[in-house]
Amino acid sequence: MSSAHVNDGRVIGKRMLRKEDARLLTGRGTFVDDVVLPGMLHVAFVRSPIARGRIRSIDISSARDLPGVLAVLTPNDLDPFNVKLLSFFFTPAMSVPVPLLARDRVAYVGDPVAMVVAQDRYIAEDAAALVIVDYEEEDPVVTIADAKRAPPVHPGMESNVAAVMGIEKDDDLEEALTNAPYLLTRTVRHQRLSQSPMETRGVLATKQGDELLVYVTCQSPHLVARYLALALDKPHLSVRVIAKDVGGAFGLKNHPWREEMSVIVGSMLLGSPLKWIEDRWENLVAANQAREQEMTVRVAFDGSGKLLAAHSDYSLNNGAYPQGAEANIAVHMFIWAAYKMPQLGFFTRGWHTNTVGNGAYRGPWGMESLARETMLDIAARELSIDPIEIRRRNLITKADQPCTTPMGLPLEDITPAECLDKLLEVIDVSAFRAGQAAARKQGKYLGLGIAVYIEPTGAAGQMAPMTGELAHLRIEPTGKVTALMSTHSQGHGTESTMAQVIADQLGVAYEDVTVFEGDSSRGGFGPGAAGSRQGVIGGGACRRAAALLKEKVKRVAAHILDADPESITVENGVVIVAGAESKTRSLRQIAEIAYGEPARLPPDTESGLEAQYRYDPPPVTFTSAAHACIVEIDADTGFVKIKRWLSCEDCGTIINPAVVEGQIAGGLAQAIGAVLLEEAGYDSRGNPLAVTYKDYLLPAISDVPDFEYVHACTPSKSEGGFRGVGEGGAIIGPPTLVNAIADALSPFGEVPLELPLTPTRILELIERRPLTGKTEAATTATSAPATPMTAQAGAAQAAANATLSSPAATMTSASHAHSAVIGGCWNMVLATPVGPQKIIGRFNTEGDVLKGVLESDQGSQSFAGTIAGNRLKWEMKVTEPMPITLKYDLTVEGNKLSGKVKMGLFGSANLTGERA
Amino acid sequence: MSEHKIELTINGRRQQATVEGRKTLCDFLRVDTGCTGVHVGCEHGVCGACTVIIDGLAVRSCLMLAVQTDGCAVTTVEGLAAPDGALHPVQQALRDEHGVQCGFCTPGVVMTLAALTDGPKRPDADTLLDAMSGHICRCTGYQGIRRAACKLASKTGAEKP
Repeated sequence: MSSAHVNDGRVIGKRMLRKEDARLLTGRGTFVDDVVLPGMLHVAFVRSPIARGRIRSIDISSARDLPGVLAVLTPNDLDPFNVKLLSFFFTPAMSVPVPLLARDRVAYVGDPVAMVVAQDRYIAEDAAALVIVDYEEEDPVVTIADAKRAPPVHPGMESNVAAVMGIEKDDDLEEALTNAPYLLTRTVRHQRLSQSPMETRGVLATKQGDELLVYVTCQSPHLVARYLALALDKPHLSVRVIAKDVGGAFGLKNHPWREEMSVIVGSMLLGSPLKWIEDRWENLVAANQAREQEMTVRVAFDGSGKLLAAHSDYSLNNGAYPQGAEANIAVHMFIWAAYKMPQLGFFTRGWHTNTVGNGAYRGPWGMESLARETMLDIAARELSIDPIEIRRRNLITKADQPCTTPMGLPLEDITPAECLDKLLEVIDVSAFRAGQAAARKQGKYLGLGIAVYIEPTGAAGQMAPMTGELAHLRIEPTGKVTALMSTHSQGHGTESTMAQVIADQLGVAYEDVTVFEGDSSRGGFGPGAAGSRQGVIGGGACRRAAALLKEKVKRVAAHILDADPESITVENGVVIVAGAESKTRSLRQIAEIAYGEPARLPPDTESGLEAQYRYDPPPVTFTSAAHACIVEIDADTGFVKIKRWLSCEDCGTIINPAVVEGQIAGGLAQAIGAVLLEEAGYDSRGNPLAVTYKDYLLPAISDVPDFEYVHACTPSKSEGGFRGVGEGGAIIGPPTLVNAIADALSPFGEVPLELPLTPTRILELIERRPLTGKTEAATTATSAPATPMTAQAGAAQAAANATLSSPAATMTSASHAHSAVIGGCWNMVLATPVGPQKIIGRFNTEGDVLKGVLESDQGSQSFAGTIAGNRLKWEMKVTEPMPITLKYDLTVEGNKLSGKVKMGLFGSANLTGERA
Repeated sequence: MSEHKIELTINGRRQQATVEGRKTLCDFLRVDTGCTGVHVGCEHGVCGACTVIIDGLAVRSCLMLAVQTDGCAVTTVEGLAAPDGALHPVQQALRDEHGVQCGFCTPGVVMTLAALTDGPKRPDADTLLDAMSGHICRCTGYQGIRRAACKLASKTGAEKP
């Protein structure tokens, strides 16, 4: 495609060449390691070689004495800064504090123990090797299975449960599942993955007076600046974060973590600019990873393949220090969202282990599509229904909407069924089936996989970091347009796509628009690339800001040119007055007057040509897609060759098809890696097994086919009609490919739902015999962790704790503490899955009736309930984030209260409180 | 620690330096000569991001020591575009075909394709695609890189078979 699209009016929808490419192709980008500051020193970390143990002693003397070394920092140096590491949601990351450098104990291989500062990285690494740490090694907890029975990874925690939600067995649901004509149960296992951006993590920090200046490779300088301000919590500290070019992120770089924070604090401590650039070994060992999860799904159908009910039991390995302890609730929110599912439930848990912590990775909830779409194919096979047909019988169509899912998601314009129809227009399934049958006779195994999904994009307004996006636009006195944005690109090309939107809306040439982002001192807060949101929200902000600015141009021009504002248009940077050619002016001429001659402006008009708009879209904008993939499997080698891959996605109005297709293709390549190649495994001692790119196999050009695209383009209800597209390929890709492999191998039996499907796993199915002993990493019954004795002791302790807080055990002391102590004001904390929430309760008692008000950051709500002895019960309906009835069941004992809050489908949360 | 005097040409300019024996070429180019377009992705010769051209051949600068380039002509990605800013044909093809997203692996991709297509050589598309299998790109799924490689092959010689 050429760039000659300037003069035909619209650039939205065109494959405009990216503005970023001119610098990136010539080596003139500015990545964090390209930034050099005077007096800059370099950091190397001393890391734990064991997965779990006690630090007996650290001897830094030899390291400190090495010429060129300026300091060796240990927890004693950094702890006084009292840094609080937070999750992406700005809540405490875990229920126990996350240390910057390991103090007393190490919890995974790669755990940073000390930090060497030297004049160059070579010397820093030399010195790091001279730090002598004496460890007392303990048996590690490695797998989810280990975590379930081992004593806690973190002293101070009751168990290895990092987060829990939902109900393990709900009587009504159990009845529906048990009584169904057909019940399918499978366990799906997803291996651990490394996000593997080509640019590793890195930071350069310097404190200049009261300003902390941080260059860091990240997904949003604005979010990092806010995060640092909260985590450091220092008076008189202003924070500026810069990240011009970022070499991919994929969720890993949402916010700083232990190493980046150590470097930032170290620079404040030493008063020198400090730089740390993660090497690839560190990235594969000590950067947070993602996905290690397993889910047992039970799904019930009637005889015709219609869905009746489902339950999913999900576990996620959180590692030692996740960037937010979590049980991945989104998996359950979206698993059946695109389908007519009458009844569903879930139980979901996150587990701590002695492995590197869990982080985000493109489509973090994608396990839902993998489980659902692969199991739909298995059900179709077992019920002798075509896999396309079983989907058609259950998908939510245009005619079914608006509707609300059992999890409370309102749907009004999803198009998965329509995407499937469009996909089937470009792939001849019956011809494929005929070819497949003929090929099988010759010993060739072809397979077709199809998968369908919807994806929440552009989320805003319901979670602290997920705000609207801001566009600040200026028509400069030169007539050129400058945009300062809250968006940020790590390859997304927002400097180009935002310019396309602005150019169209303003009536100027694409080449005349320059978008600046990547600096927290420009634009305003936004979380950047997180949740397929920038096109939707940033694009909307550009349109609204440009509309305001254009209005001003018209008003100013009309006044200067003595014309009717309605008669004025702006086209390709030229201001035209309808029917008055002599009044034609360039934008520059108008702008020069607007800035330089305020007396010529309409009365009460601010000089200049500037406008700003912060756009808040609807809470969620859904994107839908259907994909198809054809594979050929070599039955002698187990190798999978992808022959064709078709994507039909509906991401609404497309700003730049090349960028949209690039996002889909990138996600699909990562999906291919996840299904066939990548695995960040551990052995039974918690040693990582993939520590270079020779062991961690990323897809190469030879592993990825040419993708074919069909764009459905149903405009969304967001400004401009955009829908997000950043994560979709990584979500829908894995089930599409697994389904194709399973279809190819159906003559041999059922493909295990366990990733990656390596040639060995495939040959095991074809040859019907085990070809390897299970790798140690996959073995659950390792001898090392947790003798049965200690596991029992842990259970006994848990039982004891439960008894202590139960009403029965407190009844005696409470009997002489009735209404006299219930009334009044209580400071309470509800342990929600996204962190502790503070609530103030004001209670009044009238006999057995309890009346009161709960106040929190979200507002206040009154309620009425009952009192029985010292036990309080009431129900409250809330509508945000979705309609739920909260059932409180609390027990008062003296000046303390405790109990549970049942939150509908989401299970129960503990509540504790004290009299104010 | 051993120090060595070396003399080499970088992007057409003669340069003298004293380097430690253990210093990798990529670190030397980035830190000592300011060629920050040389990107270090894996330090094991797998990802190809650090590829530069030495005496006409594409070389992984993370697997070579600076001292080994004494007397050599080194070209980095900064040395390809014309002085007036006009892109090298490889750069232009990657731009036209949207072969770039984050741009971190890009300099290596550019240098391998340039080494194979510059001068009288006439590699076919398979040769270029085989060479591209030595470059890891995590963003693009290789779609634009493949299109660019095929375009360069058809321009310089045999059509894609």
